[in-house]
Amino acid sequence: MALEYYLVLSALLFTTGVIGVLIRRNAIIIFMCIELMLNAANLAFVAISRSLGEATGQVFVFFVMTVAAAEVAIGLAIIVSVFKHQQTINVDEVNSLKG
Amino acid sequence: MNAEQILFILFGAVSLIGAISVISFRHPIYSALSLIVTFFAQAGLFVLLGAHFVAAAQIIVYAGAIMVLFLFVIMLLNLGTLSVKGAMGSKLKGLAIILGILFAAEGIYIAVNALNDTAVASAEPAAASVTTTTYDIGELLFSKYLLPFEVTSLILLAALIGVIVLVKRGHQEES
Repeated sequence: MALEYYLVLSALLFTTGVIGVLIRRNAIIIFMCIELMLNAANLAFVAISRSLGEATGQVFVFFVMTVAAAEVAIGLAIIVSVFKHQQTINVDEVNSLKG
Repeated sequence: MNAEQILFILFGAVSLIGAISVISFRHPIYSALSLIVTFFAQAGLFVLLGAHFVAAAQIIVYAGAIMVLFLFVIMLLNLGTLSVKGAMGSKLKGLAIILGILFAAEGIYIAVNALNDTAVASAEPAAASVTTTTYDIGELLFSKYLLPFEVTSLILLAALIGVIVLVKRGHQEES
């Protein structure tokens, strides 16, 4: 398979994530869409790593996964504490900096 | 069509359908389950690309750890479709989708054309049987990318401490 097919698929997955962030108001689903975008980037990394014939791209995927794990842990903790304060996770209703 | 093309179309279609389900289901649990399907299909794509370590890590870290965290929080907060009420107006939604389509067209254009002059395009296409072993990745990780690897461990430590502080502060305010 040519590199282009993988890159096009990666672009489509990334766009799905972007649209999700734009149209959904539920903070947890917005988080899932961010994961989707990170995964699309991973796919592009691995495809280019394969076409260059070296492993560097896969090392970067490793780093992206670590950052994603840290981000999810902190983000979900923030969502839980916002929910405790305001009883909602709709990002339009959570609009004050001082809870 | 050879086997690789058929598998690419299969996994690609499953991951795209899963991704679209993530953003269209109303209930967060269904979205989370669709996201797991997408992750598994992407792991299949990684295997097709000869990246077996990344595929295994994808299933263990994403489909295992991260999605369990998501499902745990959704069930902990006991969110129904309630929280989705007051969604965006349909006009703004249409605008968002149009912008998304433009963005996709741009991405596809870049994927098809802009790589022509770069090193990626001029590289010899790797043979179909070439796979990257865990040995290769480990060797790179502990030689050339040793510093980023250590910084990664600092990020994880910072995340750990951050989560503990966040949760603890909530406790103190309640009591």
